[in-house]
Formats: sequence, structure tokens, C-alpha cells
Amino acid sequence: MHERLQSLLSVRDLKIEAKIYPQGEAPRDVTILEGVSFDLKKGKVLGLIGESGAGKSTVGLSTLGYGRGGIRITGGEVLLNGQDILKLGRSGLRSLRGAKVCYVAQSAAAAFNPAHRLGEQVIEASVEHGIMSREEARERAVYLFRVLGLPNPESFGERYPHQVSGGQLQRAMTAMALCPNPELIVFDEPTTALDVTTQIDVLAAIKHAIEETGIAALYITHDLAVVAQVADDIMVLRNGKTVEYGTAQQIIEAPKEDYTRALVSVREMQHEEAVDQSRPLLRLDNINAAYSNVLQVLFGVSMHLPKGQTLAIVGESGSGKSTLARVITGLLPPSAGKIVFDGEELPKALAQRTREHLRRIQMIYQIADTAMNPRQTVRDIIGRPLSFYYGMRGRRKTERVGELLEQIEMGPQFLDRYPAELSGGQKQRVAIARALAAKPDLILCDEPTSALDPLVAEGILKLLMRLQAETEVSYVFITHDIAIVRAIADSVAVMHRGKLVRFGPRHVALSPPFDDYTDLLLKSVPEMRIGWLEQVLKTRRMASAGN
Amino acid sequence: MSESVDTASLPDHKEPDLSYRERFPLLALIIQRLMLSLALLLAVSVLIFGGVEALPGDFATTYLGQSATPQAVANIRKDLGLDRPVTTRYFEWLGNAVQGDFGTSWASRNSVSEQIGKRLGNSLFLALCAAVISVPLAVGLGMLAVHFRNRIPDKIINVVSLAAISLPEFFIGYLLILFFAVKFGIATFPATVYDSMAFVERLKAVALPVATLVLVVLAHMMRMTRAAILSVMSSAYMETAELKGLGAFRSIVRHAAPNAVAPIINVVALNLAYLVVGVVVVEVVFVYPGMGQYMVDAVTVRDMPVVQACGLIFAAVYILLNMLADILAIIANPRLRHPR
Repeated sequence: MHERLQSLLSVRDLKIEAKIYPQGEAPRDVTILEGVSFDLKKGKVLGLIGESGAGKSTVGLSTLGYGRGGIRITGGEVLLNGQDILKLGRSGLRSLRGAKVCYVAQSAAAAFNPAHRLGEQVIEASVEHGIMSREEARERAVYLFRVLGLPNPESFGERYPHQVSGGQLQRAMTAMALCPNPELIVFDEPTTALDVTTQIDVLAAIKHAIEETGIAALYITHDLAVVAQVADDIMVLRNGKTVEYGTAQQIIEAPKEDYTRALVSVREMQHEEAVDQSRPLLRLDNINAAYSNVLQVLFGVSMHLPKGQTLAIVGESGSGKSTLARVITGLLPPSAGKIVFDGEELPKALAQRTREHLRRIQMIYQIADTAMNPRQTVRDIIGRPLSFYYGMRGRRKTERVGELLEQIEMGPQFLDRYPAELSGGQKQRVAIARALAAKPDLILCDEPTSALDPLVAEGILKLLMRLQAETEVSYVFITHDIAIVRAIADSVAVMHRGKLVRFGPRHVALSPPFDDYTDLLLKSVPEMRIGWLEQVLKTRRMASAGN
Repeated sequence: MSESVDTASLPDHKEPDLSYRERFPLLALIIQRLMLSLALLLAVSVLIFGGVEALPGDFATTYLGQSATPQAVANIRKDLGLDRPVTTRYFEWLGNAVQGDFGTSWASRNSVSEQIGKRLGNSLFLALCAAVISVPLAVGLGMLAVHFRNRIPDKIINVVSLAAISLPEFFIGYLLILFFAVKFGIATFPATVYDSMAFVERLKAVALPVATLVLVVLAHMMRMTRAAILSVMSSAYMETAELKGLGAFRSIVRHAAPNAVAPIINVVALNLAYLVVGVVVVEVVFVYPGMGQYMVDAVTVRDMPVVQACGLIFAAVYILLNMLADILAIIANPRLRHPR
């Protein structure tokens, strides 16, 4: 009892249910979270971690007495300062939300109203709840903008959401949550949508603000390395149940459960680098490309890739890495430069390429969902390239589809399923099988794992590596994640603002001496150890003091 | 962070065009819409002239009836200038039309512009009455439907509006006449109006045609309003508003409304345009002396200058209202109002 009184937030045996509407059946309730309990003291941060569907956001939102869609809290208690917020009525909840408990959403770009200035939205809750006057709130907003390292804090609030970058929006969202001086903030994957180089700034800003104001926070993420930097305690969730709950140090350094151990070691996959440069497959020579002939996005990019190897293209959003893939496929003809494929110069535009050209270069996309026709079964999806490129029909086609399913470690029971009946990882596997069906020499992989949970992503990467060993297919692998580069790449190209800043075999490209951008990129990738963030920030401060 | 590529490396000759568009995207878009509308109107004028020209039948033979000797037909054609080449007549007609002169009616020998002046006023009066009733009613009902989403009131509103949309306007018109004018005798029919009529009398006369028009356009506007508000209500920033602890009223007025305005303006303008053009059928049903009646009468006697003038004016109104909707929607977009 004594312990409870000290806690700011105390969640006891939380149970959450949702109504689902299965097709052709009566709607029914399913339990999506059960038996979750934790305590949070003032000034402390609890990290909630788990894969998608684990119930992290649901737990976070329950502390605001809120459930998305048909989600209802059906059992347990959520005590804030000893008061059960689940027993509050509508008006009680309204005076809690935005005043005592605030929420920072994953996508600040969607969570800000595009029709109003940022400043107005940041101070709205404080003013509406009567916590402070409009003037005081404005001053506080400017102060918070400064604490969070936003440019021109005096005038930042004048801007509209579309006028600032993603990282700045995410910091503005944090300012919005901090403004009314709440007791608790729920951060729901606040850095997931950001580039690593931006993520580190936002993380530092959030950590600094928490230390400065002494509030408590729930920090939700699927990235253990990130949460290790900000959390005091960590709770691992899976399928709506607690897997492990302990101090950050214990979870990271001495995990007890298998699942937690798997999460901690997920980034340790290694790949032996191939060095054989004697069999060239793809060469790009001084590629320039522009959209609508006006906005140039690629500037003299050259790189090459041997048969049976993997070239990782790394860079943040807007660096031109996906544009490069469009150029290779012919979707965007380059304005200058040459694409040489297996000793032959490829026609620039898609329309001029032969079916054989098309067959030999296949693609895997980031979002498998949108890359597959939802009205086609797995059999049709994988079978299409077989009939298109090889004219297969009937039993031969079915047999080959079966073989391909075997290759991606899925059984024949999936043949007649629709994409909606597959998990995210299975969908991506089917997309890989579809690319493989054409027996290509080159597969362009555009961030195929970035929308997947870490363990599922690891499975996909292992599959890709096995397929490469078996079929000698080459990959151009576009990613923003350095850990993936270490796990699969033979050579590495670093892109920045449409230019190639670094290219070479992996062991050379990822070893010093570095150029400034690669150095920043590498140093921004969170490491799975406590104190990493402080260390990086300290080195940065020393470096800027030295200058 | 999605910084755009630094502009210094862009080709120089593109610079002025790009900066003008970047500095005044709002103005650039509005000017673009104006030009497009003008081009469209010009294209429509060609279509109208060409279409009327291609119509089978001929004014002279219709006019002369039994006494149509080849000589008499040729005389009339010469009188009306029909013996000159098509392109000459088109440019002459267009040139005059731009100055507001639509020529003289072949049938009545009156000035078309003068006739249209009166009748356009009547038609616009009808459309305006219908708009004044239907727009607030549609938006209100749409909001009501959102408030009672998937419950009984929403379903009733949906079914009734669907029924109204499915019935052709002449049928609704006849139904209204049957019940309100014939059976109950509380409305006047035919809806004849004249210049010296008192305003109240005039309102009474147009009651039934206005009711018909309202029923026809109401459903569409109502359903689009409902859809627009629903899509805004399900967006992430509405969840943010709720998680800020804002009341329902403030959430809707401050956060939902500004974002629902653009789609609603669009559908309202489209329906206003339909009102002005759709009066053709309703005017004929109710024997109302407006543009539609005038045009239909002219078609039956092949009075081409009148048909062309009416067609062009209808097209102009349609294009104008759509252009206004486009421009208002552009202005309502903060991304264009406040460029980076």
C-alpha cells in the first residue's frame, strides 16, 4: 500500500477487449490485453516495447481513458494519484486529457490540424482547460520551443504544420504535450517515422525536456535500442500480455525470457562479405535524373554490382535512393548517364525494354499490402509472372507455385488465401516469391523490412540471404538502417541529397576515415546499450566546443 | 527531413518561372484556373455552334411548311446569311456574343439578348430560391446524419434522400402538382410570373418548382456533406483534439469544419450549377417563363440564334460556378495560402 501511494501512475490487472466483425459471422468480443500491471513514479520513464499488435499503444491510451475504434477497457484499474480514471465520467475525462495526461502521437504530420498555426495548437489545451492565460501559454510555448531546440523559437509558432520538417513537427508535438505542465506524457513511437539523423535530435530533446520538467512518461516503441536510451524501467509486451518487466539495465543486460533475449540480439545478424568482382552484373554510369524535367534529384551517380552479391544503398528520406531504383527499372528514364546490365546497355525508358529485360530485373516493395492485388489469391499472385514470362499453365504452373512457396518457407495451405488473410511477414514473403518466379538476375528491394517488426524482419533478411546462396540472384537493397547493411551487404553506397557520398566494399565503406555525412549517419544509429545517447551527445558537445 | 534539392544546381533558364510559381502559388493557380475556364468556354462555343449546325432539319423548311419551294427556301437562307461559309458565321457570332449581342431571333425577329435578359432573371430567381433553401438544409441534414451515424435518423435521411435522387425531376414535379395543386389546392399551377407581380405573389407562384428543384439537389449535397465530415472526423488530428480534452462543439467548429469546407464548397457549387441548368425540365413542367422554356420553344422551331445563346449562357454559368468552387477550395487550402 505504501508503494502505491508513492506512485504517480499505477495500473492494476488491466483488461481490454475489442469488438471484431469477422466476415460472414456475428460480431464478437476478443480480449486484446490482459493482466497488465505496472507502477510509475514521478520523474521516471517506463518503456513499453513489443511488436505491432502487442497492445503497447492500447496500454498507453488507456491512461487517458481512451480506446481507438471499438476498443473498451473492461477490467482492472488505472490509478493516477490514487484516483481510478476508469471511473471518471465524460467531463472528468475531458478535464484529465490535455491537462494532467498528454499524448504524443507517432505521426505528428497527421496529428496536427493542417488548417491552424502550430503555436495555436500547442497552447490550445492549456488555455481551454484554464491552466494558464493565453499570454502565459504563449510564453511557455516559446520557452519549450527553445528547450526542444527548434529554430527561431520566437516565431516558430507562427508557422503551419506543412511549413516545417518531420523532425520539427515531432518536437512541436512534444512541446504541445509539455505545455499544460502535465503529470504524465504518453509518447507513442515518437521517432519511428524519422530518419536516424533526425531521431537522435528528437530523442535528445525529449530526454532533456523530461529531465528539465521532472514529469513522468510512458515511452512506447518497437525499438529496444531507442527505449534503452530514455527509459528507467522497461516492460516487454507480446500478444496483449506482459512478457517481462524490470529495470532498463536488467532487460538490456540480463534478459530472463527467450523472447526478450531474441529482441536484444536481433541486430546481431552478420554476413560474410563477398569480394569477387570478376562477374559484373549492373553498372550505373553518371546517372542524372529529374522529376518533371525541373526538380533534379540525382546528380552524377555511379555504382556497380557483381553477380550473386548485395549492394546496399543507404540514405535518409529525400536522398534519392528510391529514385535510383525507379531509374534502374526504367520507370523514370535518366536525363543523362548509362545503365549497363550484364554487359549490355539497357534502354532508358520502360517502353523500349524487351520482356526479357523486364524479367531479369524484379522488385520488392516496402509495403507489400499495396503491391499486391487484394482480390487475388496467393496462387494467382505468384502464378502471374509464371504465365507472363514463361507461358506456364495448368498443373505445371501449380507445381511451380508450390515449389516457390516451399522456397519462401510457406506451405501449400497458403495457395488459396487472399493477402488480407496473411500476416505482414507472410505478405512480404509472397512478394519475394512473386519476384523469384521470374528467375531474375537482379531484385531491387526498396526497404522491404522497414514496415515489419524486428524479429519478422530478421526472418525476411535470412530468407533473402538463403535465396541468394541458392539462386545467385543479386540484390540492390535500399535501406536507411545501418544494422541491415551490416547483416546483408557486400558493397555499400551512401546517398545524400541526390549525390553519392561514399561507395565501396562494405568493410571499406563502413570503416574510418569517414566523410562527414557517413560519420553522422553511423553515429546516429542507436546502440543496444544504456548510456549510448549521453555519450554521443557528450562527444558532440566536446567537438563543437573544440571548434 | 525532406529538404528539397538545393536550387543553385537547377538549370538557370528555369529560374524565373519556378520562383514566380513558388512565391505566389495561390495566384498562379487562380490565374491558371481562369485561363482554363476561358479556354473551356471557347471550346464549348465551338461545340455548341457545330452541334446546332449539324442538327438535322432546317429553319427555312420548318418555317415555310407546305409552301417551301426551293426558291423561297433559298431566299430565306440568303436573308439569314446562311449561304455564307460556317467559319465566317461562327466568328461573326462569337465576336458579337462577346459584346453581349446574340443576334435576332429568326422566328420572332426580336433581339435575343433582350429576351434572354428577362428570362435569365426569372431562371436565376428560381435557382436562387432553391439554393437558399437547399444549401443550409443539406449541410444541416448532413451534420445531423453524422451526429446520428448508423442510427435511425441517419438511415431515414439516407433512404429518403436516395429516393429523391432516384426519381427524375419531371416525375417529382408532376407528383407535387398532383398532390399540392390538384388534390389539396394549396399551391398555384401553372407557375406563371409577370413583371408587375408582387414579390409575395411571385414566391407563391414559384413554390412548387422550387420544391422540386430542392428535392432533386438536396440528396446529393447532403450525402457529400456527410461523407466530407465523416472523413475529417476519422483523421488523426480529430483524435488529437479529443485527447486534448476539448469538448465536442469546439472540436467540430475549430478542428473539423475548416478542413471539411473545401469538399463541401465543391459539391455545393456543382449543385448550384445543376440548379441553373437543370431548370430546363422543371420550367417546362411548370410552364415557367425562364431560360429553359425559351430554349425548348426555340428548339422546336429550329430558331438557332436562341438555341445557341441559351446553350452558351448555360455553359458559361456552369463553368463559372465550378471555377468559383475551385478557387474557393484553393484559397481554403493552408498549404497554398501559406507556402513554405
